[in-house]
Amino acid sequence: MSSILVFVESAEGQIKKTSLEAVAYAKGMGGDVTTIAFGTEVSDSELQGLGNYGASKVLHVKDDRYNKGVIQAYASVIADAMNKEGADVLVLANSSLGNPVSARVAVKVDASLVSNVTELPDTSAGFKVKRSIYTGKAFANVELTKDKKILAIKKNAAEVKEVGGTATVEAFAGSAADSDFSTNITKTEKATGEILLPEAELVVSGGRGLKGPENWGMIEELAKVLGAATGCSKPVSDMDWRPHHEHVGQTGVKVSPQLYIAVGISGAIQHLAGVNSSKNIVVINKDPEAPFFKAADYGIVGDAFEVIPKLTEAIKAAK
Amino acid sequence: MKILVCITHVPDTTSRIAFTDGDKKFDANGVQFIIGPYDDYALARAVELKEQSGGSITVLNVGGAETEPTLRKALAIGADDAIRINAEPTDSLFVASEIAHVAKDAGYDLILMGRESIDFNGGMVHGMVGEILGIPSISPVMTLDIDGDTAKMAREIEGGKEMLEVKMPLVAGCQEPIAEWKIPNMRGIMSARTKPLNVVEPSQNQSGTTLDKFELPPAKGAVKMVDADNVAELVNLLKNDAKVI
Ligand SMILES: Cc1cc2nc3c(=O)[nH]c(=O)nc-3n(C[C@H](O)[C@H](O)[C@H](O)COP(=O)(O)OP(=O)(O)OC[C@H]3O[C@@H](n4cnc5c(N)ncnc54)[C@H](O)[C@@H]3O)c2cc1C
Ligand SMILES: Nc1ncnc2c1ncn2[C@@H]1O[C@H](COP(=O)(O)O)[C@@H](O)[C@H]1O
Repeated sequence: MSSILVFVESAEGQIKKTSLEAVAYAKGMGGDVTTIAFGTEVSDSELQGLGNYGASKVLHVKDDRYNKGVIQAYASVIADAMNKEGADVLVLANSSLGNPVSARVAVKVDASLVSNVTELPDTSAGFKVKRSIYTGKAFANVELTKDKKILAIKKNAAEVKEVGGTATVEAFAGSAADSDFSTNITKTEKATGEILLPEAELVVSGGRGLKGPENWGMIEELAKVLGAATGCSKPVSDMDWRPHHEHVGQTGVKVSPQLYIAVGISGAIQHLAGVNSSKNIVVINKDPEAPFFKAADYGIVGDAFEVIPKLTEAIKAAK
Repeated sequence: MKILVCITHVPDTTSRIAFTDGDKKFDANGVQFIIGPYDDYALARAVELKEQSGGSITVLNVGGAETEPTLRKALAIGADDAIRINAEPTDSLFVASEIAHVAKDAGYDLILMGRESIDFNGGMVHGMVGEILGIPSISPVMTLDIDGDTAKMAREIEGGKEMLEVKMPLVAGCQEPIAEWKIPNMRGIMSARTKPLNVVEPSQNQSGTTLDKFELPPAKGAVKMVDADNVAELVNLLKNDAKVI
């Protein structure tokens, strides 16, 4: 079987859950899994821990020039690593860094590239994968025709499993040219300590039915009790009731949690496009005709201002 | 400043998706087509930048003749001329190599695209074009301002954003809130009819994938309704039925 390289991302020194899924995906393909990680903020022990998820080796670009995700520099180093390791498959998680990086790597190493991959490949005849298209409304089964392949996987394409073991960590020289660093990242603004919406297993999301930003306390309270991330509909972020990065839907974040709770959101098709790969959807809306109920697994017709505090209490009681 | 905006011609966001020809072809029957919403943001920002500091905007689409009304709409919104590369796109590499070929010696300062197409959802064409042309590619871009020969941008990252600066030329994959979508006015619509729309034949014919078949997701089961006075029942279902809390 092929030799597989996995690009893993870390945040605040920890490997991202979506990257662990990428490692699990690669492991699921069979064969040896080597990973590549960047920057000085992630510790050796954290990287060795990738062995527990199926990686045998970690190439660590331990160089602080890579602490920020400079797209071109990452792409050059990953392409170099694929060549040096003789990797014919690169796996990574769909992400704001992974996608633009992988597009450049594909051109550099002349690989077939498929993003939004939802399942393990079918290699019984050729190399085929299933990918999500039309913003979650359909799938395409495509064959990758070049010798080298790059798969950017969608959340939940593989289940993270602990297999035991540690990975060996090797230093890998960041060989990117100075011109690859021509993009100057001057500042990073990031919510810390919060559960990040794109990666969240549980999401509580509010819409225009909540009337105003001052009413988000009960949404945050419910999210806190559940350990969930908070999201919102587009008009809510357009009106600045909530930050833009919470906006879910066609033109916002696409989420794939185990549970999505929608409060006071009508369920416009553009909103549904961002939530249609959720495992379970709960809709709370005072209008029994709200279209969201058709896409829901569980529903309550009622006033959010009465239902949400009660629900929060009931969850507390059940824990 | 010379700006190229690459636009897709995609089903309206409310369209029902269906396939024909043994699930090998999108069923366009009764479907309304629009400029891709992210491409529309890119175009809107291009129009604003042109208003501020002059220059020209070319819009480009890789597609068949049926995409021309969409290109005309972009001309009505404010582009000066249009290019249609006459081919049915097969994948991101196909589109990217054709765009890069046309852009190669044309001297664009900015190549603006959407963060992703809403039919294919690749999120890949901008990065590929950047790499083929050997210039930076930044995506997803939330704000874009020009200061001399430098582009200043905010790029969305999970849970926040990063500010960055880079010298032009560059490729950017745009998303909101970069600009507000623009609606063509009567004058724009009139003038769009006579603006040049040049058709060029594809020359690269690259691709890395072939389509096997399309597929629709399985139908959703019926919703279980719970009484508003009995939220404990919902908690019970989530805990013991769905097993998610
Ligand atoms: C190209 C395009 C892209 C778009 N992209 C997105 C996107 O990415 N994400 C997105 O969300 N939208 C998007 N939209 C907008 C979308 O069409 C809807 O307008 C939007 O989702 C509506 O938001 P909402 O459900 O919060 O508000 P509304 O439609 O106003 O719904 C409010 C809901 O709250 C309910 N309600 C009111 N009071 C209460 C109460 N006290 N208790 C309980 N329920 C209550 C009402 O019954 C109603 O169903 C897009 C639109 C277009 C054209
Ligand atoms: N057929 C096409 N013609 C012109 N531009 C395109 C085409 N396909 C994709 N693009 C551009 O590339 C961006 C990203 O597309 P994708 O990689 O398919 O998600 C889109 O938002 C468009 O700006």
